[in-house]
Amino acid sequence: MVQQSTKASAGLRRLLSGDEAVAAAARELGVSLGTGYPGTPSTEVLEYFATLGGRAQWAPNEKVAMEVGVGAAFAGARALVTMKHVGLNVAADVLFTAAYTNVQGGLVVVSADDPGMASSQNEQDNRRYAVAAGVPMFEPSDSQEAYEMTAAAFDVAERWHIPVILRLTTRLCHAKTLVDTGRFTASAPPETFVRDIPGRVMIPAYAKPAHRRLRAKLAEIAEWVETCAWTRTVEGSGRVGVITSGVSYAHVREAIADAPVLKLGMTHPVPIEAARAFAQTVDECIVIEEGDPYLEETLRAAGIAVRGKDPMYRFGELSVQRVRRILAGDTSAEPTPPRGNPPQLCPTCPHRLVFQALSRLNCIVSGDIGCYTLGVLPPFEAMDCCVCMGASIGAGLGLRHALPDEEARRVVSVIGDSTFVHSGLTGLVEMVYNPPTTGHLVMVLDNGTTAMTGLQEHPGTGRTLNHEPTNRLDIERVAEAIGIRRIHTVDPRELGSDGLETLIAETLASGELAMIVTRRPCALIEERVATAAAGACNE
Amino acid sequence: MSKVTNVVFAGLGGQGVLKVSDILADAAVHAGLDVKKSELHGMSQRGGSVSSDVRFGDEVFSPMIPEGEADYLVVLDETQVDVTRHLLREGGVLITPEVFYDEDQGIEDVDDLVADEDNPVTERNLNVALLGALSVRLDLPESCLLEGVRANLPERLHEMNLEVFQYGVSAARKRLS
Repeated sequence: MVQQSTKASAGLRRLLSGDEAVAAAARELGVSLGTGYPGTPSTEVLEYFATLGGRAQWAPNEKVAMEVGVGAAFAGARALVTMKHVGLNVAADVLFTAAYTNVQGGLVVVSADDPGMASSQNEQDNRRYAVAAGVPMFEPSDSQEAYEMTAAAFDVAERWHIPVILRLTTRLCHAKTLVDTGRFTASAPPETFVRDIPGRVMIPAYAKPAHRRLRAKLAEIAEWVETCAWTRTVEGSGRVGVITSGVSYAHVREAIADAPVLKLGMTHPVPIEAARAFAQTVDECIVIEEGDPYLEETLRAAGIAVRGKDPMYRFGELSVQRVRRILAGDTSAEPTPPRGNPPQLCPTCPHRLVFQALSRLNCIVSGDIGCYTLGVLPPFEAMDCCVCMGASIGAGLGLRHALPDEEARRVVSVIGDSTFVHSGLTGLVEMVYNPPTTGHLVMVLDNGTTAMTGLQEHPGTGRTLNHEPTNRLDIERVAEAIGIRRIHTVDPRELGSDGLETLIAETLASGELAMIVTRRPCALIEERVATAAAGACNE
Repeated sequence: MSKVTNVVFAGLGGQGVLKVSDILADAAVHAGLDVKKSELHGMSQRGGSVSSDVRFGDEVFSPMIPEGEADYLVVLDETQVDVTRHLLREGGVLITPEVFYDEDQGIEDVDDLVADEDNPVTERNLNVALLGALSVRLDLPESCLLEGVRANLPERLHEMNLEVFQYGVSAARKRLS
């Protein structure tokens, strides 16, 4: 049970982002370990947790992070695992079966969704994961709730021995609102290992009763959520009622001041009977939700008469004006805001030279996730596909297998250093195990950081989340051990785009399984060092 | 309930748009108001357009300023005026580096402004200079704004920023009178 603090520090009011608020609560709650993989908009949770003195670490990818988190919870500790929405795809294998286990300590997973794709490749709605895996889900609507729901999530996790998802969205993660902190006290760390073989070893003999146990837990939680404090009605004089959750609640309160509102703090399980009772008190009940029509479908399946949004509002994030339009049933075309300057590769970015060379050679480029995805934009337009973390290698191999030889010889996989460690290693194994007849070239664009998300460390930098030295993963030696025979390491700035062009052309012509590592620190790191030396910057 | 004040800061990545919005938001906290601020991170460091919404008053709901409801639009880079002007409400106030231009002094654009050694404005502190210019129109005590500057910038930059803030205040007062 999460303890409320009676300390003198209670009542300290601060402006915090949703991410920071989660971290502040986690620190007060005595979370033993925070782990995750950087991904906008989730990255700041662990960074701030570390700033507050918490033990935070970057894992090579979200699956490993979730495994480490589960292990810490099996030890009886509180663990926080953070990732962006697509990271949960990587970690899903762990989540689905961790849900069957009797998690001993508290395991809370932050899934930061990105409706509107401010910085993502899709806008998947991870509420579906809560249903699919059978785990409870909390959704805060501002930083204060992010702070309080972090504690509530650990409460539910520990009471029912079940992983809990805390679903944030971009606007919640990065908006700053006032938070009263200092309310919670830390749990005691575990003293001994408690063995629970049937609860944690998911062989069929134990998993069969475990699945029944999971459904029983969810049934209990479903009953609890009907009357818990997070299922809250805001009185109003209007005849139109709104059911909503998350940041949409804030938009709703501004868009329609007099409406009665049923605000759901938990969106799995959904408090069906509370919603049914609420809907009966109003003439019309409208569901306002970002993304998929998840609440709408769930409520309608339960026979509750609600109106959802027009499908046009499924795309992008909601706002006060979009909520006004949904309430009014307005389906006219929305005004297109003028386009600002799109992001681009920094003027001194070392990746520019690589894309110049690839563009001139007219290579078929299988790309990956990171700053360098911007190589798709003019003037380079040197990227032909980009799907998910690590896919550059597998997709590049598929292209090589299927295309006629002449075309296949032009295929190059391009991947960043952090992404390579995240999920490029197994692609490299595939390349050696099932080599295309024309060979293949993987280019690792190594700028010594996870640049896109704001310069986070990773195993290849040899520094921890806190920038302290640790063991370093040596990309070339790993590639060699996997079986890549032709490996070149170059400084793209020294070699220049002409030199790169020659090297790439020769390597492609060799027909070998090859890797070129272009190694040069990110321009932002160089800039940061230079600025610190110059001594003045208001950024 | 008193009206919520809506301020949008806009510019390009690297200009300190987010920093100046942090300063204003903190100032409103010091003034005892409810505050929300919102922006999108991630791609902003790549030279793209950046904007940040700051809202304060007795009670603020949405963290985002509805389009066409900004009371003040502070644009750090003049190329960004056309793509943000629609955010301003009718009768709202646009503030740009133009507030510092002075043909008599030969300062006709932002390059002249930061090159001119008689004023304290630089490329790096233009954000705080414009905050000073904005501040004369806000119902926030100057002490709270200065506290915001101090809380959000390293100590070695305080003196320079407090000076450029005051420069912004005087330039805006001159325009208003």
